[in-house]
Amino acid sequence: MTTLLLSLFQFLLLIVLAPAVNWFIRKMKAASQNRVGPGLGQVYSDLWKLFRKDMVISETASWIFHAMPFVFFAGVLAAASMVPVLWAHSLFGFVGDVILFVYLLAVGRFFMALAALDTGTTFGGMGSSREMTLSSLAEPALLLSFFALGFHARVLSLEGITVHFSAVSPMQVLFFTSLAFGALLIVTLAESGRIPVDNPSTHLELTMIHEAMILEYSGRHLALIEWGHQIKQLVFLTLLADFFFPWGIAGSGNLPALGLSLALYLIKVFSLAFVIGWIEIHSAKLRLFRAPDLLAVAFVLAILSLLGQLIIGSGA
Amino acid sequence: MALFFYAQILLHVLGGIAGFLFEQHGEKANRATHGLAVLAGAAGVLFSLGILLTGKSWALELQGSFPVGVLRFAANPFSAFFLLIISFLSLAASIFAIGYTREFQGRKNIALLGFFYHFFILAMLFVVTVQNAFYFLFFWELMSLASYFLVIFEHERPEARSAGTLYLIMTHVGTAFITAAFLLLFIHTGSFSFDAFRAAAGTFSPVLKNVIFFAAFIGFGTKAGVIPLHIWLPQAHPQAPSHVSALMSGVMIKTAVYGLLLFLFNFLGEAPGWWGHVILAVAILSTLLGILYALMENDLKRLLAFSSIENIGIILLGVGMALVFKTLHQPLYAGFALIAALYHVINHAVFKGLLFLGAGSVLSGTHTRNIEHLGGLIRKMPWTAAYFLTGAMAISALPPLNGFVSEWLIFIALLLGFEGVGVGRHFFSPILASLLGLAGALAATCFVKAFGIAFLGKARSRHAAEAHEVSGSMKSGMGILAVGCLGLSLAAPWVLKVLGTVSQALSGADIPMGALTQKLFLISPSESSRFSPFLIAMILLGFLAGTAVLLRMVLGKKLVRVGPSWDCGMPGLEPRMQYTSTGYSKPLRRIFSFLYQPTRRVELEDEGHEMLRTAQRFESKITHPVDEWVYRPLANLVAVFSRKAKRIQTGHIQLYLSYIFITLILLLLFLGGRSS
Repeated sequence: MTTLLLSLFQFLLLIVLAPAVNWFIRKMKAASQNRVGPGLGQVYSDLWKLFRKDMVISETASWIFHAMPFVFFAGVLAAASMVPVLWAHSLFGFVGDVILFVYLLAVGRFFMALAALDTGTTFGGMGSSREMTLSSLAEPALLLSFFALGFHARVLSLEGITVHFSAVSPMQVLFFTSLAFGALLIVTLAESGRIPVDNPSTHLELTMIHEAMILEYSGRHLALIEWGHQIKQLVFLTLLADFFFPWGIAGSGNLPALGLSLALYLIKVFSLAFVIGWIEIHSAKLRLFRAPDLLAVAFVLAILSLLGQLIIGSGA
Repeated sequence: MALFFYAQILLHVLGGIAGFLFEQHGEKANRATHGLAVLAGAAGVLFSLGILLTGKSWALELQGSFPVGVLRFAANPFSAFFLLIISFLSLAASIFAIGYTREFQGRKNIALLGFFYHFFILAMLFVVTVQNAFYFLFFWELMSLASYFLVIFEHERPEARSAGTLYLIMTHVGTAFITAAFLLLFIHTGSFSFDAFRAAAGTFSPVLKNVIFFAAFIGFGTKAGVIPLHIWLPQAHPQAPSHVSALMSGVMIKTAVYGLLLFLFNFLGEAPGWWGHVILAVAILSTLLGILYALMENDLKRLLAFSSIENIGIILLGVGMALVFKTLHQPLYAGFALIAALYHVINHAVFKGLLFLGAGSVLSGTHTRNIEHLGGLIRKMPWTAAYFLTGAMAISALPPLNGFVSEWLIFIALLLGFEGVGVGRHFFSPILASLLGLAGALAATCFVKAFGIAFLGKARSRHAAEAHEVSGSMKSGMGILAVGCLGLSLAAPWVLKVLGTVSQALSGADIPMGALTQKLFLISPSESSRFSPFLIAMILLGFLAGTAVLLRMVLGKKLVRVGPSWDCGMPGLEPRMQYTSTGYSKPLRRIFSFLYQPTRRVELEDEGHEMLRTAQRFESKITHPVDEWVYRPLANLVAVFSRKAKRIQTGHIQLYLSYIFITLILLLLFLGGRSS
């Protein structure tokens, strides 16, 4: 029972914390531009306001358009429910493995790309085409870095990989997985629509990808999409923390361990968010046709991580 | 139980000729011939399910004087699995055909269509049950010829005729290789019977074995449409009537998998390790190139045909790994990989069948296959749209549909090569797995394009604007397959157990299914992973319903205003302003330009000044490297030889008679020389 409650708690934590992480990055960007930036409450009241607003829906839209925010949100929640946060168990992690995790995110993306085409505007088609192209190219890097980690852990479930890496000595982990970390970081940037792949704060047709797809959305639909997107970003950051900085994650359900784990988790996630924000501040958005090169770098890093492990001979 | 099979055969024979009784009445002929096909399909499903569930085999030996051994049919679970796919798909396709062939009435001879249709199915049924190489080749040829006539059924269109010719040539090249493989087995064993081949397995010299392997792989690979032997497939499959395309892409290419598996696991005994690697190399090439070319297609049925090449590649990835594990003496892993391949065989049959029927519905509702002319069909054809979407999600390997289940199994099979055995020797297998992931994501892109451009947005032409929903029989034909897509996922552990008996019947290796399934879960044999399709379906449904209900409870009913799409303040959004299919795939065309070698030409006409344009023409093309670099030179070579050979062909009968005479003399001399 406690197991279930704890798992539920960390799942809810993930959902509630997601806008705050987004706020943190925005605040960083504001600071770098000599602006004050929004307060922490702002991101939540933004969402709340969107949820209560009326919607304007295009006359061209079909049921796909209405269903998409819910399907997307459910897909992200299902993926989030598989991720260990405070301790080495997750709500539904027993149901599947990293492959399922990747494809659950694909469900939401599939519908989002369809809904973008549903309103019959050029923006939607443009965003849809670009999103599907870039995410196709991110997929092998994402899978391969998971496989490289899974190979080291001899298990493919998100829980299992986390448990494994929390038990091995830091130097060894660092050595074997730093390359996979690079790959996953790049994929995280791409998946959460961050600079240098996409720019979350622009509506310029030449540069936008994610925003172009959801241009026609408003009200609670938009709120669900925004929130889902923030959760997806936090899920990736949490995975980076779980796999590469797992130390301190609680092994059992006693309170002091969990408290420490919570504190460490917040530090880890906000540090990673700092990295994302730092990259965003210090780089320009890549030209669309340069982005595949970046994703190719991620793929090569993942291959090197895999082969590196072979050469070192950890398979023994 | 065997009665059902006899009934199925009888119904197909009757159905084949029934149409001719009503040759003057299109509708009566249609109902008679396709009605009987539906019954035959149902009987076949019952028969094959009976064998699969009880595990009892069936055999029939026809006594009498046959020139090359007794005519023996048998169905063990392995054959029954293929019988099930053929029967189930022909059941759905025949229901669909009742409505679909109405458009041919008065224009084409329905009785003739029914005749070839029935004998096409009948030939496939015999191919997977006959136990003698000679008759196998006979039925194989019957299958090819019947399908050829179905491909050129609309022979008034020149592209159908040329596709038919190409198909006929390629399929006979393939058959020649299969014949060679069987003849080598015959020379070695002195018999055409499959049982004799099985008994002699493992007694071949390595060289002979390799030759037979390549002959069989090329022969069956041609039928399966693996790259680089695929060129006929995207031409021929789309030309046939859509319910036949569904059968050709869904099951006919699977008979090649059947034949290949027989050779690999029954006839050839121990396999050297590199066979598996050869198959894996061809498989990954077919997977990636197949989907990359599907992405560039604007013709809905050609797109589906290219995607069949991708899926055959995925199936062969499983087969290749099974072979690799077999040579490493890992029967459990080999069985698992084989099950994964077989699972994808049935899944692909169901969702590709569904998609081809969906494409047929689009064709019959709009009279065009070009998705550039479609758009907005989801409002005119809501049922077709829902079914096509189901198929598109399944083929894009999205949970909770069946495509994901078999791709998951293939993923695990590939990863086993790395984590389970021979670490370091198969370092490539996780890379293959990640490339499979790339193919899966590209397939999702491809089907977002196909569904999104054709069914969503606004109508791009009069065809699409005046589309109408298809008839009840066509809807139910698709409905059966859509339910199949969901059922094959939710019941996955149960399906896996059945496939366990199938793969056991083929390889003889005993697979402890307890190690691979556990209640609702599928389990990797190395215990590194587990997955429950049923639970994830429930979880997704739970989150979906939970979100919707919670929002409704907390916030009340949503207030919606309907308005035009955002037009940037310049009124007059036109359907032409939407993204096109060509535009949608443009980023990938550019990223993979080293492969596509795209060329484009823009022609502008003006009246003396560039501001006074009168006409613009735009042309964009991609190249198919295999066609360009392999087949075109080959065709040129054949043409050169033909021209040379023409010199001795004068047209005088006396000269030809003298050729025959000279040949005869030479042969006699040769034989005389040998016997003395």
